[in-house]
This record gives sequence, structure tokens and C-alpha cells, in this order.
Amino acid sequence: MSSILIIVFLPLLAAIVAGLCNRALGNTVTKSITTGALFVSCGLSWHIFLGFVGGSAEATVVPVLQWVQSGNLSFDWALRVDTLTAVMLVVITTVSALVHLYSWGYMEEDPDQPRFFAYLSLFTFAMLMLVTADNLVQMFFGWEGVGLASYLLIGFWFRKPSANAAAIKAFVVNRVGDLGFMLGIFGTFLVFGTVSIPEILAASPSMSGSTIGFLGYRMHTMDILCILLFIGAMGKSAQLGLHTWLPDAMEGPTPVSALIHAATMVTAGVFMVCRLSPMFETAPVALGFVTFIGAATCLFAATVGTTQWDIKRVIAYSTCSQLGYMFFAAGVGAYGAAMFHLFTHAFFKALLFLGAGSVIHSMHHEQDMRYYGGLRKKIPLTFFAMLAGTLAITGVGVYWLHAGFAGFHSKDAILEVAFARGTELSQFAFWVGCFAALLTSFYSWRLMFLTFWGKPRWIESEHIQHSVHKTPEQAGEDTTGGYHPHESPVSMLVPLGVLSLGAIFAGFVFNPQFLDSAEFWAGSIYYNENLIHAMHAVPLWVKLSATIVMLLGVLIAWMAYIRDTSIPGKFVEQFRNLHNFVYNKWYFDELYNLIFVRPAFWLGRKFWKIGDEGIIDRFGPNGAAWLVSKGTVAARKVQSGYLYSYALVMLLGLVAAVTWVLM
Amino acid sequence: MGGFPILSIMLLVPLAAAIICLMVEASLARSVALGATLVNLALGILLWLNYDIGGAQWQFTERAELFAGFSYALGIDGIALLLIVLSVFLMPICILASWTSITKRVGEYMAAFLFMELLMIGVFAAQDMFLFYIFFEAGLIPMYLIIGIWGGDNRIYASYKFFLYTLLGSVLMLIAMMWMVNEAGTTDIPTLMNYDFDPKAQTWLWLAFFASFAVKMPMWPVHTWLPDAHVQAPTAGSVILAGVLLKMGGYGFIRFSLPMFPEASAQFAWLIFILSMLAVVITSLIALVQNDMKKLIAYSSVAHMAIVTVGLFSFNVQGLEGSMIVMLSHGLVSGALFLCVGVIYDRLHTREIDRYGGLSINMPKYAMLFLLFTMASIGLPGTSGFVGEFLSLAGIYEVSSLVTLVCTTSIILGAAYMLYLYRRVAFGPQKNADAAAMQDIGIREWLMLGPIAAAVLWMGVYPESFLAPMRKDIAALDARLARAAPEGDAKLVAGKPRETIANEMPHVAGEHSGAGAEHGEAAEGAH
Repeated sequence: MSSILIIVFLPLLAAIVAGLCNRALGNTVTKSITTGALFVSCGLSWHIFLGFVGGSAEATVVPVLQWVQSGNLSFDWALRVDTLTAVMLVVITTVSALVHLYSWGYMEEDPDQPRFFAYLSLFTFAMLMLVTADNLVQMFFGWEGVGLASYLLIGFWFRKPSANAAAIKAFVVNRVGDLGFMLGIFGTFLVFGTVSIPEILAASPSMSGSTIGFLGYRMHTMDILCILLFIGAMGKSAQLGLHTWLPDAMEGPTPVSALIHAATMVTAGVFMVCRLSPMFETAPVALGFVTFIGAATCLFAATVGTTQWDIKRVIAYSTCSQLGYMFFAAGVGAYGAAMFHLFTHAFFKALLFLGAGSVIHSMHHEQDMRYYGGLRKKIPLTFFAMLAGTLAITGVGVYWLHAGFAGFHSKDAILEVAFARGTELSQFAFWVGCFAALLTSFYSWRLMFLTFWGKPRWIESEHIQHSVHKTPEQAGEDTTGGYHPHESPVSMLVPLGVLSLGAIFAGFVFNPQFLDSAEFWAGSIYYNENLIHAMHAVPLWVKLSATIVMLLGVLIAWMAYIRDTSIPGKFVEQFRNLHNFVYNKWYFDELYNLIFVRPAFWLGRKFWKIGDEGIIDRFGPNGAAWLVSKGTVAARKVQSGYLYSYALVMLLGLVAAVTWVLM
Repeated sequence: MGGFPILSIMLLVPLAAAIICLMVEASLARSVALGATLVNLALGILLWLNYDIGGAQWQFTERAELFAGFSYALGIDGIALLLIVLSVFLMPICILASWTSITKRVGEYMAAFLFMELLMIGVFAAQDMFLFYIFFEAGLIPMYLIIGIWGGDNRIYASYKFFLYTLLGSVLMLIAMMWMVNEAGTTDIPTLMNYDFDPKAQTWLWLAFFASFAVKMPMWPVHTWLPDAHVQAPTAGSVILAGVLLKMGGYGFIRFSLPMFPEASAQFAWLIFILSMLAVVITSLIALVQNDMKKLIAYSSVAHMAIVTVGLFSFNVQGLEGSMIVMLSHGLVSGALFLCVGVIYDRLHTREIDRYGGLSINMPKYAMLFLLFTMASIGLPGTSGFVGEFLSLAGIYEVSSLVTLVCTTSIILGAAYMLYLYRRVAFGPQKNADAAAMQDIGIREWLMLGPIAAAVLWMGVYPESFLAPMRKDIAALDARLARAAPEGDAKLVAGKPRETIANEMPHVAGEHSGAGAEHGEAAEGAH
């Protein structure tokens, strides 16, 4: 039996057992089953991955079951394993296993633990189906499956109205992207007569010169198909325009944010573009669109991230921004760099989220950084983990030593390759990426300084007031309010430790494979040899630019949040309009509410009351009734509701029919 | 099966049981009805197992000449088989759903349902046009009674509306049928399906049939009877109405309009498309603002049926098979959703959404099943809803990208109104004490919902069981329609393939040489 079957279906089995037998088995058993299953999957995944790193493994497809065969459209359940899949397998199962473990501690006091663990395992299964897909429809199955799990987990605390609203928003906004994805699949089937990914990729170059009609316009076939598919990716990966659900998704428990909304699900869009990279390489306009959207998201999210107070929202916008990097890397043709950043980002972003969770845990569920401060000494292990994550995301490293934290290797590679690509759009992406790197460094260190440095500001928090039964007035000088933050339990610290190792070493160790090895990728993504050479040949200032802006970001953050804490206030005062615009997330939510949500409800009421009841019913059945009741006595009997009148009409009809035939 | 008249027996069993039910007291009537429907379910399974996939087009045929060319002729193809199986599968569930909620005139109620079953099987099995007509129209009588006698407060208005809408269509259809028999000289449906009517005559015949099927379907704008009928009908009535009666419209299109009038079907395809696009958008938006659970699901049915009609008129295999699967899936899923409403209606006696809330807390099993059916309704892959929707829309894409785009918005709007419903019912705080005190589902309710849940997943994961029986019938229909099939708007024009990739880069010799020089000529990929 192939190990990939165990990797994929064991989490499903665990989810079913935990979900259906939650009361019969109890907390500990269901948690052990799901966590155990994930560690088994994780172990097997690393085995497969190391096989590909060592060059001993080969791409395989394991058929599972026939799915649909309709005319010439057919697709089956099958599990594909190649280098690209193997990378995703280790990312998914490692983070998932660690998040399962972490949740033992984090969800300790929750009354619904089996349900939580069942959802986590279900999510993992769906995500694994997505990355092992051999055809577009199975990918769509995983795509929607992770959407369901995300919906359930965001809304896990379903008593909270805000959590429910966020869950629906996530699902519906994703569905907007899925509309594009579905149309892309339909179009692909129309053009290629198949939805099998290898067949599509093989046939793409021959279609690159063709045109097709779409909504009455003639377009380049490959461009329109790739753009439609990419709209799906925009939804799932929260790119500009379809990003609004991601920050709200932070309503879910923090382990969920780490697993789904940082390391795995939101990267599905990047995975899709990389999986279909030979197809995208035949579509220059589509790739330009990918580059532009990626760069725009990168900038947008980074600006918003600098102003938020909720620790989880800062990290959420950071995720959004990092996904932008991955997309523009893919857009300029550096799929290996995009996947590399996906890989390293999974570790350090999951680490940052879980670290934030640990902070929240220790601060009695307070998430507002304005009420943190001075936590470095109180929760030192969490602090060191967060520090590792911050050093990784900001890309700390020394160019001449070729050594640094994870983000140093992957993000710098993306900036270099964007510069090396040399088109106007890629230059735009490079400069935007540099500026976003500055912002990244700024908001990451802002988060660190506000949380771990400075004086405690805990007593301002309502959560803390609740805990210590004091108001700020009663506490007086003692801004801690007498509250004692406690370090998290071992089950939460172990995942932090493991992920810290990833954040420190993942870039350094796997750099040669991901960036420079066509043999490693073995055709699973489009590997642009010349582009990689050009990347290594960029001028020194380009290679140092990321490090320079990173240092600049730290400096600004240090000035504003350590040296003179009055600077942020003054800045906001000075640029009130700009700050409001950024703080309110560029008013996307307000805009969408105004042009989509409210008109939908308004139209619904109008169609119902005026359309259905006012026009159709009034002039239809009710009008007929009015006519009839004003009409003859005989007609009144017809509408009187007696059965025999209807039977009579039928009988008359039959008699007439028979008479006709007899004649 | 030899000469065993299994279809006639499937008609006789409910008839006999209906007569018995009229004569015995309540508790016995329930058991008789359940027994009879289970026997028919067993016969239906037997029918399915013995159906020879890839064999003759018409199987289990029975024929008895009556008078004047009018004959008692039964027989099924794969399409009819699946719809019969759906009917007999839902019937025992309907009887169980009425077990405790119906207390007055139980015998008559059960008789009406059993009579209904007879007529439903008759519609799908009839091979004589007038026999079909009798079953098709008589099907209204028991449903009319079920709504009018055992329905809610406003049942008279609802049943009257139901009656009035369908009356108009049926008269026109009858006239058309008489003309056709006169023209072709036969009432035999299989013969008529291959008879080529004059394209001019087809236009009028098509419109006459359309009047009847569009009401049954129901298509916008003749759909307004459906929400009222659903709201007033007892739970089991809604299940049969949504589960099977609406399918008669789609069955009518697939059995009559398409094969008998291919040219007219192609001519009117855009009428169907426009009405369907309007239905998808308008009824989905209306569903979004409903406060009555049954009304919401009724409106969602109209939107789902619109996907069926566009699929049918896409004139290709994916569209036709997809439409069939949507019909089967919708039969299961909307039936199950009405049962879910019934489960809580039985406890609290209100359909008003705001009276519930937080049911996940006190009814977790119910919440789980309700979630499954909600997800199936919005077409989550892995459930039956996806397979049908995906195939129909893939089919229609071959004809028009615009129609596909508009109809695919149903995946967004559907998610919005169903999740909004689910949120208000199952999530949130427990704001009503009486709703919070409701018991989770019991064994009887498990027996109703469990089998449907299994069928929904089965159809989603391994739809081959359902696609295989109808494959050759759809292929035959597709071949017959080929001569009238419209041309798609895609019009793929092959061109000379590009010689370079999008991110084409010149080769740079050596890793660290010529810094800065290599991004000059690299722009050719981006035009």
C-alpha cells in the first residue's frame, strides 16, 4: 500500500472518528487519535520529501476511484506525488501536526474540543487532496473542502456573532474567486477537451497563439483561461480585491489562524499557479496580471499592517503581504522562489501566530497590543520564539556569509529575481517589494516592541481588569494591576521550539534545492534556467537592498516605539487623513458593503414584494381570480376549489381527445 | 426479469394499500402505508439491479391495447429508472415524516400519499402519451388534497394558486398532444420521440408543452405558486413536491420537448436561457431576504431548477447528464432540507427563522446533518450537488460563456442565502428558551435523514452508479439533437503558437558576469 494513501486518508479517518464519536470517546481519546494520525502523516511526508531532496524518488500517480465520466469529460480520484506535492506535504502535515499538539494546551478549557480537533483533521485532509490533485476538478474539491473547514473553524466559537459573520464572509468571498476558478475549468475543458493537469500542461504551448470568444470579446485563449483560474487563486490567497475575508478570519481560534490562514490554505493559490506554471508561461498578459496583483497586495497589506492594534490582525495583514511576494515571484517566472518563500513562510508565520497565541493565552485573551508591554521577562520562551519569527520574516542575514534566517534566503531571492527579470512591471514589483520589506520590518518590530518592551500597560485592558478585579483607578501607579502573565504549557512550547528551528534553518538548509536545482524540481514546475542565472548576476546594491530597508525599518520602529513613544501620536496627528485611510484598510469593507451587500438585500426585497407579489401574483393568479369572480357563475365554480371541477376539466379533455382520435 | 410485470406491480402495491388505508383506523393505516412503500422501495431496488445497462433502450415493457389506439403501455429507460428509484426512495421517508405530525384523517392522508406514489411511478413509466397525460395531471389531485386538507393556515389560497397555474398549462398540452397524435398516427412515446414534425408545427407544439412544463419546473415568472404551496403543505407534502413533482417538468423537457421538437428547442433555447438567468439571480436574491424557512428553500429550488433548464438546453452530453444529476440531487437535498425544517417545526410549530438560534448547542446531531444538506445545496464538491451543477454548467459553457457566468453566480448567492439561514438557525446564542429546550433528533428522524445523507455523499463521491444507467439514453438524445445543436460562442481559432515563453530570458554566461546588462533585451515576453 502506498504511503501517500495513509498520509491523505488517515486524517480523514481521524476526523470522522473524532467528529462522530466525540461524546462516546471523550476529550483525551479524540485528541490523541487526531494528533497521532497527523504525526504519522507528518513522518511519512518527510520520508517522501527527503526522497525527492536526495533525488531517489520519482513522480507517481496513485489512482483511488473513478469519479465522473460524462461524454468526453472524465476525471477520477487520484493522488499525484511529485516534488511540488512533496514540498506541500511536509508544509501541511508538519504545521498541522504541531498545531494539533499546540491546541492541546491552547484549547484546554474549551467545552467542544473533539469538534475542534475533528475540524482541524478534516481541514488537513482537504488540503492534502488539493495538493495531490492530478486534475483540476479534484483540486477544486480540495479547494472547496478547505473552504468548508475554514468556515467551520472561523465560526468555531459560534455563539459569537462576529465569528459567524466572519465565517460567512470568508466562504462567500472565496466563492467569488471560485466563480473564476470554475469558469477557468470549463474553459480549459472546452479548449483542451480534458481537465487532467499533465495533459493540459503538455498541450498549452500549442494553444498559445489561438484566440477564443468570451462574453462577446475575442481574447488570447491562454490569457483568459489563466486569468480566470488566477481569480480563484486571488480568492483563496486573499489578494487585493478579494482579501477582505482574511483579517476577519482572525475571529477563529489562534491555532486555526496559524494553520489555515498563514501556513497552508492561503498559500493554495500560489501552489496552483506553480502547479500550472507551464500553462501560465504561455500567457504573458495573465502573468503580468499576476505580477501586478501580487505587488499591489504586497504594498497594500503592508501599509495596513503598520497601523493595526490587534496582534493577530497585524500578522494577518503581514500574511496577505507575504503572499503578494510569492505571487509576483511567480509572475516574473521564478516559481522556485515563490515555492521557497511559501515553504519558509509557513514555518515563520505559523511560529508568529502560535507565538501570538501564547501571548494572548498569557494575557487572559487580550489581543490589543496597546495593553501589552514589558512581557519579555515574564514569558521568555514565547519571547525568544517570537524573536526567531521576527528575525526570519524581516529577513535578517549577512550577504557575504550566505547565512541568515529563513526569510533572508527566500524574500531576498524574490526581490533579486524581480529586478533581474528586467521588464517595467517587474521593476515596479521590485521597488514595491523593497518598500514593503521596509514596512514589514517596521510593523514586525513595532509588534515586538509594543508587546515585549516598554512598561506594562496591562491594567487598561478589560480582560485583565476582569482577571484581577480592579479598575485602572484602583490599581493606581501599578500599571500591571497585579496581574501575573504565565508562560504557556509544554504542549504549546514544543511546537514553538520546533517551528523556531524551521524559522532559523529552513532557508539556509534548503536554499540550493529550491532556488538552483532543476533536478530537484524535476519538471514539476516550470524551471527558468536563464532567469536564475540572471538572478545571481544582479548588482550588489540589489542584493543588499533588502537588508538595507530591513535595517531602516528596525530603526524607525525603534525610534518610534522605544526611544520616543510620542512620535506615533504626533505622526497620526500630522497625517490624520492618510492614517484614517490606512487604519480603515483603505475602506474596502465599507465600499463592498455599499455596492454589493446592501444592494443585494435591497434588490431581494424589491424583487419579492414588487416583482413576485406586486406584479406576477397581482396580474397572474390573483388577477385571474378577480376576473373569474366577476365573471359567470359557472366560472366561479371552477375556481371554488372543489376537486370535482378539476376532475371534470380533465375528463372533458380526455373525451375530446378520444373523440378526435376516433374521428 | 422475464415476463414479470414489475412496473404494474409497483403501481398496484400503492393502489391496494391506499384502498386499505381508507378503511382502517389511524395506527394501522400508518403501518400499512409504511409497509407498502417499503415493498415498493424493494421493488425499485430490484428494478435497478435488473436494469441491463447498455441493453435495450426500453426495458420492462408491458403493453395492453385498450381502445382507439390508446394503450396501457409501460416501460423505462435509464432516465425514467433513476427518477422512479428517487420516488420510491423518498416515499417511506415521507410516511415516517408524517408518523406523528399528522393526527387528523390519517387513513385518507396515507391513501393520498400512496395514490401519489402510483401516479409518480406512472408518469415516469408511461409509454403511451395519453397514459402519461393522465398520470401527469392526476398527480395534482392528491397533492391538491394534501395541501388543501392537511396544510397550514392559508392552505386554501395556496392550493387554489397551485391549481390555477397548472390548469392553464395542462389544457394547452392536451391540445398539442391531440394534434400530434392526429399527425403522427400513434400515441406511442418511443415512436414519437423519433418522429420528425414539421419545424413550423414544432414551434407551436413546443410552446404548448412549454406552458405545462415551465409551470411544473417551475421557471421564472410562473414560479409564484411554489413558495405558497411549500409553505402551506405538510412536511411530507413539501418533500414530495420538491423531490419528485418538480422533476416532472424536467422529465417532460427531456422526454417530449427535446427529442420530439429538436428544431423548436434550438429556436427557443435563448428563451430558456434568459428565463433561467433571471431565475438564478432574482430568486436567489429573494431567498436572501426570507424569514420563513420553507419559503427560503422553495425559492432556492427555483434557482436550482434554472440550472437544470440551462443544462438541458445546452444540447450536449455534459449538460443533459448534469441536469439529470441536478434533478436527482435536488430531489434528495431539498427533500432533506424540508425534512430538517419539519424536524424543528414539529417541536416549536413555527417556520420563522428568528424564533430559532444556537441549535448547535442543544441539537448537535441535527446541526451536523443540516450542515451536510446545506453544503450539498450550495454544491460543495464531494456532495451530489456539485457533480450535477458542475456538469450542467460545463455543458452550457460550450454554448455561451455569458449564460455560464450568470448562472454560476448561483454558487455565490446560494452560499450567501444558505449560510445565512444556517447561521440564524444553528449558530449564535440561544436567544429563545423554548428553542433551546428542544430535544435532539430521535431514531425515527435518524431513519429519515440518515439514508438521504448517505445517498447525497454516494452521489457526490461515486456518481458513476447514477451516470451509468442513463449514459446510452443521453447519448441517443444527444445524437438526435445534434442536427439542431447551436454553435457555441467560444469559436476557438487556432493560431501560430508563440515560440517563446512568457518570461523568456536571454542566456547569461557565467554566474556573476555582466551585471546590469542582462535586463535590456528581456522585455520581449511581456507584450
